[in-house]
Amino acid sequence: MRKGSMYKKGRWMLLVCALLLGSWSAMAQNKVTGRVTDAQSGTPIPGVTVSISGTTIATQTDNNGNFTINAAPNAVLIFTAVSHTTKEVAVDGQSNITVQLEASIETLQDVVVSVGYGTTRKKDLTGSITQISSDDFQSGQITTPEQLISGKVAGVQIVSNGGAPGAGSTIRIRGGASLNASNDPLIVIDGVPVSNDGISGSPNALSLINPDDIASFTVLKDASATAIYGSRASNGVIIITTKSGRSGAKPKFNFNSTFSVSNVAHTPAVLSAQTFRRIVNQYGSAEDISRLGTANTDWQSVIYQTALTTDNNLSVSGGLKNLPYRVSVGYLNQEGILKTGKLDRYSGAINLVPNLLDDHLKININVKGSISKSRFANEGAISAAVYFDPTKPIYSDNNNYNGYWEWLDPNATTGLRSLAPLNPLGLLMDNHNNSEVKRSIGNALIDYKLHFLPDLHAFLNVGYDYAEGNGTVKVDPNAAQAYLRSPDQKHGGVDNKYRQKRQDRLLEAYLNYTKDISSIDTKLDLVGGYAYQDFLTINYSYPDKTSDGFVISTPTFAVDSPRYTLISYYGRANINIKDRYLLTGTIRTDGSSRFAEDQRWGVFPSGAFAWNMKNEGFLTNSKTFSQLKLRVGYGLTGQQSGIGYYDYNSFYGYSSNESQYQLGNTFYHMYAPGGYYPQRTWEKTATTNLGLDFGFLDNRISGSIDAYYKETTDLLNMIAQPAGSNFSNEIIANVGSMENRGIELTLNLQPIKKSNLVWDLSLNGTYNKNEITKLTAVKDPNYAGTRFQGISGGTGNTILINSVDYPRGSFYVYKQVYDQAGMPIDGLFEDINRDGIINEKDLYQFHKTDPDYFLGASTNFNIHKNLNVGFVMRASIGNYVFNNNISASSNIRNILNPLKYLTNAIASNLMSGKGDKYFMSDYYVQNGSFVKMDNLYINYTFRKIFQSRSNLTVNANLQNVFTITNYEGVDPEVQSGVDNNLYPRARVMSLGLNLNF
Amino acid sequence: MKNKIGYYLMAFLMAPVLWSCTKDLNRLPTHGESADQVYSTMDGYNMAFAKVYGSFAMTGNSGPGSGDIQGIDPGTSDFFRLYWNAQELSTDEAVVAWGDAGIQDFHNMNWSSSNPFLTGLYYRSMYQITLANDFIRQCAPDKVSGRGIKGNDAEAIKQYLAEARFLRAYQYWVLMDLYGNPPFITDADPIGSIPKQISRSDLFSYIEKELKEIEPELAAPKSNAYGRADQAADWALLARMYLNAGVYTGTDHYADAMTYAQKVIDAGFSLIPDYKWLMLADNNKNTSEFIFTINYDGLKTQGYGGTTFLTHAAVGGSMTASDFGIKGGWGGIRTTKNLPNLFPDYTGDLDHRAEFYTNGQNIDIDAQSQFTDGYAITKYRNVTRDGGNGSSLDFSDVDMPVFRLAEMYLIYAECVLRTNDNAHVATAVGYINDLRERAYGNSSGDINSGDLNLQFVLDERARELYWEGFRRTDLIRYGMFTTGTYLWPWKGGVKSGSGVEAFKNLYPIPSKDISANPNLKQNPGY
Repeated sequence: MRKGSMYKKGRWMLLVCALLLGSWSAMAQNKVTGRVTDAQSGTPIPGVTVSISGTTIATQTDNNGNFTINAAPNAVLIFTAVSHTTKEVAVDGQSNITVQLEASIETLQDVVVSVGYGTTRKKDLTGSITQISSDDFQSGQITTPEQLISGKVAGVQIVSNGGAPGAGSTIRIRGGASLNASNDPLIVIDGVPVSNDGISGSPNALSLINPDDIASFTVLKDASATAIYGSRASNGVIIITTKSGRSGAKPKFNFNSTFSVSNVAHTPAVLSAQTFRRIVNQYGSAEDISRLGTANTDWQSVIYQTALTTDNNLSVSGGLKNLPYRVSVGYLNQEGILKTGKLDRYSGAINLVPNLLDDHLKININVKGSISKSRFANEGAISAAVYFDPTKPIYSDNNNYNGYWEWLDPNATTGLRSLAPLNPLGLLMDNHNNSEVKRSIGNALIDYKLHFLPDLHAFLNVGYDYAEGNGTVKVDPNAAQAYLRSPDQKHGGVDNKYRQKRQDRLLEAYLNYTKDISSIDTKLDLVGGYAYQDFLTINYSYPDKTSDGFVISTPTFAVDSPRYTLISYYGRANINIKDRYLLTGTIRTDGSSRFAEDQRWGVFPSGAFAWNMKNEGFLTNSKTFSQLKLRVGYGLTGQQSGIGYYDYNSFYGYSSNESQYQLGNTFYHMYAPGGYYPQRTWEKTATTNLGLDFGFLDNRISGSIDAYYKETTDLLNMIAQPAGSNFSNEIIANVGSMENRGIELTLNLQPIKKSNLVWDLSLNGTYNKNEITKLTAVKDPNYAGTRFQGISGGTGNTILINSVDYPRGSFYVYKQVYDQAGMPIDGLFEDINRDGIINEKDLYQFHKTDPDYFLGASTNFNIHKNLNVGFVMRASIGNYVFNNNISASSNIRNILNPLKYLTNAIASNLMSGKGDKYFMSDYYVQNGSFVKMDNLYINYTFRKIFQSRSNLTVNANLQNVFTITNYEGVDPEVQSGVDNNLYPRARVMSLGLNLNF
Repeated sequence: MKNKIGYYLMAFLMAPVLWSCTKDLNRLPTHGESADQVYSTMDGYNMAFAKVYGSFAMTGNSGPGSGDIQGIDPGTSDFFRLYWNAQELSTDEAVVAWGDAGIQDFHNMNWSSSNPFLTGLYYRSMYQITLANDFIRQCAPDKVSGRGIKGNDAEAIKQYLAEARFLRAYQYWVLMDLYGNPPFITDADPIGSIPKQISRSDLFSYIEKELKEIEPELAAPKSNAYGRADQAADWALLARMYLNAGVYTGTDHYADAMTYAQKVIDAGFSLIPDYKWLMLADNNKNTSEFIFTINYDGLKTQGYGGTTFLTHAAVGGSMTASDFGIKGGWGGIRTTKNLPNLFPDYTGDLDHRAEFYTNGQNIDIDAQSQFTDGYAITKYRNVTRDGGNGSSLDFSDVDMPVFRLAEMYLIYAECVLRTNDNAHVATAVGYINDLRERAYGNSSGDINSGDLNLQFVLDERARELYWEGFRRTDLIRYGMFTTGTYLWPWKGGVKSGSGVEAFKNLYPIPSKDISANPNLKQNPGY
């Protein structure tokens, strides 16, 4: 039927052409047939106008991209399409011409962008919004979604939390807005805002989403864009849209498979057995020296392995009449580079968009589900492998402690030396921490276009995010890590379980009214609505048991169900005047159950204006400018994450079984009043954004530049309470303010654009400066600030501080004194306040953990259409890292441990380890600036392999290619700023294929 | 027809807006209870009362890793460990090997107002006062009767109230002794009020008045349940406070100190037979000598402070952990040579109180961070009198006496000398000889009245009470804490010892509270 109509249409076209051409009949006319396809994907492009230069003769391609036209042998054909760049091709006597058209960058402006509760065309945006779609994602072995856009978006910093299978990342948009509340952006998956909290048994919340199902990420950065999500938008919003089917399309299958091999990229530079022996012999007592062994063990190589990963995904999408659908399944099997760790993830997703009532009722249904089965490697082995004496063998030649060599103490009941490091391999092999996590996210968005007022849509969105994690921890009773661990030293091993459920629900109703008032050339787009979100976590607690079932402790409560609720009302108006002046205004009010009744509601307005200069008379015909738009916006957003659910009121907590007090012959549980802060309310961030979008030379150079200023007030900030006034001496209150100011630049370049070579280059850079402007209720020059971030070495030492007039997370350290040779003088620090003594008053703020600049670069060479070669790089400048590995280990006192064992150290300048100050020397604060190549890839596409619509892409990737840095440790990319045995990021080689048919 | 469907659909889709109710914003914790719920029953009173006491022993409400106090490592945030650091590490009796931030500042006498341990102790004491204030408010007779609690229960609560006031007075005494001029807040101020600062002498008067006011409400000596304060505890605190009154107020109260020490002595207490039994896992048997204790239990009252700290941190070098009823020592605390040198020999053969471990330990201290520099002390052991282990090898059963009879003997003797009360010298000598006969096992160590002088009493206090949290207060009273008249290794951060500024007789108010409470002024010198 369809084919028939096309055929008819084609024939009719031919007739028209023939008639028009009649007057040219004197010239020789050849029938020219051909096909127009997309240069990148090779898919046919329907609806391309094919005209003959200098004439009015034209035809259009059919659904398969085919065309037929009568043209003179010397004629020039012009191919034009809305979605692609125009191309001229000389017939040159051919009768069959195949043409490939490049997707037009211009059309990126027509890309539809999610903005929350609706979409808009990119060219109508007024806020700072970046959308990255699947074509631009990072490639290779990507097992957790956020890594897809790492390094791709200006202003967005994504730092993976180490290299464990499925490990998540820390995402910061424009530096985050808070101190003690959350700095994580709000993540909205297909209209369902999800909780940032992980679930027991799963390393991170996003790892349960299959990256292969994701169509695009939209990052909302400034307040005018995010304010529609008011209450939770201070740290930016990331909208994840998953793939869907197309109405009426034939089933399209996609299968992709990746196989990768991962290896540890760098390990800490520990002392070799030989050097270690020399140092012990040089500095040790006879007793220390007697502890040396005869083996030469490289503990790093003992704990790491070559890890294999396979990732397979199959999807089918299409449209059954008015029912577009997409169904996908995925299976990921990932091994960790730390022995014993692995992850199996089964995932599935269904998207259905039935259209009913003559397209008046559209229901968008998304259901995603996954089951992850993990075995978590005991990460204690990472530091154990650094510290374990390299002169000791792996195995002891006897069966004690399952055969692993351990530090022994003949006087101890366990036979083990108390507090000594345990055999790293034993820590791994004897520890079985297995979990299974099920999660499903789904929603149904009902979109009703009113019969009596088609400009008005009514939406109802019902969503859920349910997860359940179950796990067990078992340790062999003979294992040193749990040997006779009961208080009476008669029972050993571990036989524990854990369980957690999350049940988050969403209900939204909103109206959308759009009106094109052509009389004044103005388009109106109004949204108003209501949202209800409920977050319920159910924590189950179980007794701590030994392998033989002896109960070491029992939980106070078997079940605890923390819960909070948000209710919001919101509205947005978009006004587009003459496609030149764009205005957006939003307002949202939110109530959160985390605040006391009279502090509960917050109002978050925003406004933005954009001037699309390109559409002004003086630029419409400019060849230089293909795009020019000025944006300015201001808005207020709020935050309530990262604070207690209930502590606006004082509740009494019942003590655990280990915390009872004996009065007379009775042990009483204790009721303790909790600290509280009834005045606590929304943290507010005001953002001003000024942006310019530009494109030159047919958009071969395009990009945007944004400058922003964010001021957070009523900072949710852990502050000291006047002693005696509260049951908690520190509590999160709304005290303080902080500023972030920055500049973001995005540049997309196409330096080479030829039919057989296209070079694309995308660059982005961000400068962000953070400064705390107020921290306490009373200004006290003697109060340095809030100290945080514990380090290993000494109990209770913290290395970072939040101080007024300094950036968040500055290092707070003693100033090392150096000798003439530039070497640190052991234990000598500068008396900064010149009072003759060295104490906390001599600590000073020194650098900070956040970078000043972070940059991303992606480039792709498309050669002869089918071959792509490219890489992704990232750089970070001005971030500093406290090298805790060196500070805690590289001293004689650590090597010759007074607790009667030897510990290895990182090869560095050895200190004596005397005193309590050297732990906090600025000597260990090192510049962590780096340049990394994240990904280097090559892929080749074979087209039409067994039928015309099918193609196959094979690809090879190398991830974590290299890092250029002066930092002395394993990896300078440490989100916390303290480098203490992070699970190393692997170097991954992968091969993959992607088959479309 | 279509319009009709449209209206229904519209109504359906927009129904949530109408249905929306904001009462869902009132969420309550699963297990937290309001004051009215907790105090609705006698059981609730008992458990809240247990917190007022239990916060002396434990760091928090949820096991050894939990903390009532923020901004300090939870494990080190219990009362007695912090108090011990402030009172002992700063003196000749103790040094520590560790590198915890600020811990070395005590012995080197270079602490600042940001010292985490001084900050932790201050907040711990203030927390206990805040808890007591809350509990006292809940014990107001009208509140109790209003909740339907009558009869014996109401009587019991009346006594609870007096004991809470005693515990509050004790913590105010700690603050007065260490920090001088702390913030002051009582049950009369509603929770949330910002405390005013009180001067040391005004605080002295307040504590004195409180202790005298509650005396009749408290149980008679030795008649209360183990671990609860009675009149003897009240008198013992008065005696200790009067002994140091000159330091606190400029006016001596030695006669009063003697009076109250005498009241305790006459209340029926007696020394236990063996000094080495004082600090053992079953020292809850020592009720004849112990006046008031902080109770610990290896299974039910766990923490890394208190006597768990004293039984673990003192073990290192070549010492055998199992002798101490623990899995392994923490290799931390020892003493300078000044303490062993007060004894006739280091072995304890003559004076059994000399509980030193010398094998592999140097008496001199080259490096405080070296556990084997300085003699180790074996006074605290988590084993029973008959050598059995405590209930846990990780956490101690040893209870910590806050007041014990020996201190009262020594206060009495000192006051006899300070007031030149010749009539009672013989009694004083008798008390001292009671202590020494227990120490020597016979009368060979007895003194006569000619031996009894102030320096002897100070030395005898060290021999009897070392490592029990007295030394700093004693040295200040004798004018020896900061001055150059008495030195010990590494005093003032100098190996041979050196005097430091007199303002260090008081610790600083933590800068954290200065920045939070506009009513506070820092102590001079800091």
